[in-house]
Amino acid sequence: MQEASIRDYAIIGDCRSAALVSRFGSIDWLCWPRFDSSSLFAALLDPIRGGRWSIAPAEPFRSQRRYLPNTNVLETAFETDTGTIRIVDAIPIASEEQTFRLLLPEHEVVRLVVCTRGEVEVETHFEPRPGYAMKRFALRDRGKLGFWVDMGSKCIIFRSDAALSIHADSIAGRQRLRGGEALRFSMSFSSDAPAPLPPLDPWVRDSIERSGAWWEQWIGRAKYEGRHRDAVLRSALLLKLLTYAPSGAIVAAPTTSLPERLGGPLNWDYRYCWLRDASFTARALFGLGYAEEASALVGWLIHTTRLTRPELRTLYDVFGNSPKPERVLPHLRGYRDSRPVRVGNAAQCQIQLDVYGEVIEASVRFIRAGGSFDSETAALLKDLGVYICKHWKDPDNGIWEPRGIRLPHTHSRLLCWVGLDGLLELHWKGHLRRAPLELFKQTRDAIRREIELHSWNDRLQSYVRIPETEELDSSLLALALYGFEAPSSPRMRSTFDRIRERLGADDWLFYRNRALAAEGDGAFGICSFWAAHYLAQGGGPLSEARDLFEAMLGLANDVGLFAEEIDPRSGCPLGNFPQGFTHVGLINAALSLHEREQGVSVTDDRASRSDAALEIRG
Amino acid sequence: MSVASWLLWGFVGTVILTTIMAGSQTLGLTRMNIPYLLGTMFTANRDRAKVIGVGMHLVLGSLFALLYAAAFHAWGAAGWWRGALIGLVHSAFVLVVGMPIMPGIHPRMASEYQGPTATRQLEPPGPLALHYGVQTPVSVVLAHVVYGAVLGGFYRLA
Repeated sequence: MQEASIRDYAIIGDCRSAALVSRFGSIDWLCWPRFDSSSLFAALLDPIRGGRWSIAPAEPFRSQRRYLPNTNVLETAFETDTGTIRIVDAIPIASEEQTFRLLLPEHEVVRLVVCTRGEVEVETHFEPRPGYAMKRFALRDRGKLGFWVDMGSKCIIFRSDAALSIHADSIAGRQRLRGGEALRFSMSFSSDAPAPLPPLDPWVRDSIERSGAWWEQWIGRAKYEGRHRDAVLRSALLLKLLTYAPSGAIVAAPTTSLPERLGGPLNWDYRYCWLRDASFTARALFGLGYAEEASALVGWLIHTTRLTRPELRTLYDVFGNSPKPERVLPHLRGYRDSRPVRVGNAAQCQIQLDVYGEVIEASVRFIRAGGSFDSETAALLKDLGVYICKHWKDPDNGIWEPRGIRLPHTHSRLLCWVGLDGLLELHWKGHLRRAPLELFKQTRDAIRREIELHSWNDRLQSYVRIPETEELDSSLLALALYGFEAPSSPRMRSTFDRIRERLGADDWLFYRNRALAAEGDGAFGICSFWAAHYLAQGGGPLSEARDLFEAMLGLANDVGLFAEEIDPRSGCPLGNFPQGFTHVGLINAALSLHEREQGVSVTDDRASRSDAALEIRG
Repeated sequence: MSVASWLLWGFVGTVILTTIMAGSQTLGLTRMNIPYLLGTMFTANRDRAKVIGVGMHLVLGSLFALLYAAAFHAWGAAGWWRGALIGLVHSAFVLVVGMPIMPGIHPRMASEYQGPTATRQLEPPGPLALHYGVQTPVSVVLAHVVYGAVLGGFYRLA
């Protein structure tokens, strides 16, 4: 069995859970029933113990893959010396009307294998290892009802028309396929008995077609008509896939512990929802015309933040609860021996002041798009503003979440400014009554003065990460992206030049900062997309913005997916994969490029706020 | 016979029985979801089936209470242990006779021998409903014994 690297994976999912499928035909990561559940397959983190489900030719092969156009349905073609097979993989998804009509499994993965040329011997290995390979299970052959992985209160049902048999704790088999012949596979999850067991033929093919049609219909609502439409729509499809449909929350990534540095300890669990990503994600969704999804996200934010108001956590689970405490899984060796493997994320206990501004800014975008609040939500937002006024000077862990270090971060203060400015805009638009306006206005102006005086370094001619230091950080580009500085202002231009000089990993890639960078660290994909976004907003020539954006697109894997980081030496992805925030950056940069090219505004970025600010500053 | 007592305690007993069965599923003792099992006789939609199933279960539970009441009258006395005894017999009947014939009753349930078909796709319960989890019989017996005990304990003959 070939060991896949991060770039060899593609994702399939149903807006509740996701699986990573390697180019070698193996599902090496799947958590059921939801994104942050324990794993059923985790070969991604331990090829020996983690468990997998592979279907591939028994003889040497070359593989090529793609998503079926405008869908999250994956098709991989395997070519051998004797023939070719095509495997189509999907986690089925159905429309509301179909859920009324059909008996649908709670969760399911379907795989359709078709021999398109010659003859190919197809080999199947099904190695379930539930509970991060720690949970005991019984494997039973129930004849025409399939193979059952019994885990007590839940079970996995594995069915196929291939000839398979149980070998110890796995299921395996080989079958020779000739041109035109097909094999169907279904693996479903059941916590409710009786479990539906639809006949594989035509169920598997129908499920794939149904899912394809669902994704096509969804992506058909996208309003983006600019350049690189395929890359933008692929990013939108990924964001939708990472959205937990029952709540509207979006998880940062479907994986845990893919390393930021190969062999290193920077391995974190990203299967949660970060408030930090809120406003840029809302911008991307509204900008693409997905007002329903953006509103659901804002609704989730408001609901979630009510539970801990006025204090906010940095991350929550898909239902807005605190995840279980972080723990290490010592029995898993980690991706390429990158230990430890962690589940849960201790960053939930950090202080990150930027999240207050993020929640408010996402709410402001919701209002700009025509939404409205009830009085309780308005009161919540007001409380967040009061909290900012009390705490904006406090040190915090900052956007990059280093553990154990709290410092006064310029980026966090910027978002405090953004939050108060947004609240004043909401008041001006009639959505926030009985707020302490004078306090908000004075504090907002005090934060501006603080940033302009103490976060600006005259010697460097740049804003800096920590006031009164010479440390740079790519997150300073947000000063322009949030409208604190005009992108073309001399201060912002020279800040961008310094960032490029000192944090540029090569012509296109940026480290987040030097303080957190170490030998082997990757460059952050989001930082390059921020740079393209900044240039497109007026920080530089259009051609420079376009070149940077297109160079970044060239660093996606063959199916258009990005991880959190990119190794500047090899161009290989690093960190959890695929990462929603990197794709949010891609969409926002593309939207800004399109606006600049067309001379139109689809994101409603600064215009409204500028009007409001003028009115208030009056 | 006391109609009011039958209706009231039959309903209360069924609510408790349904809660114990649902609690058993939540606690991981069984996968069996009685409302879903009953509701899928009428609809394929998972959510709607559960709603219909809860209603059906409450009605059926109240009707079964009539048999319990008839037994108490034949006995000339009620009492919690008499009710529990009938509940034990009732659960044994459900597990040994009722469950294995479900594929013959349920229009969407597959047969163990023929496998799933286009119209019959639901997993059959198997003997003693063991396909739904090895501890399923325990929760079924417990729920029915408590149901009978509640009926027997509170039912008034006159």
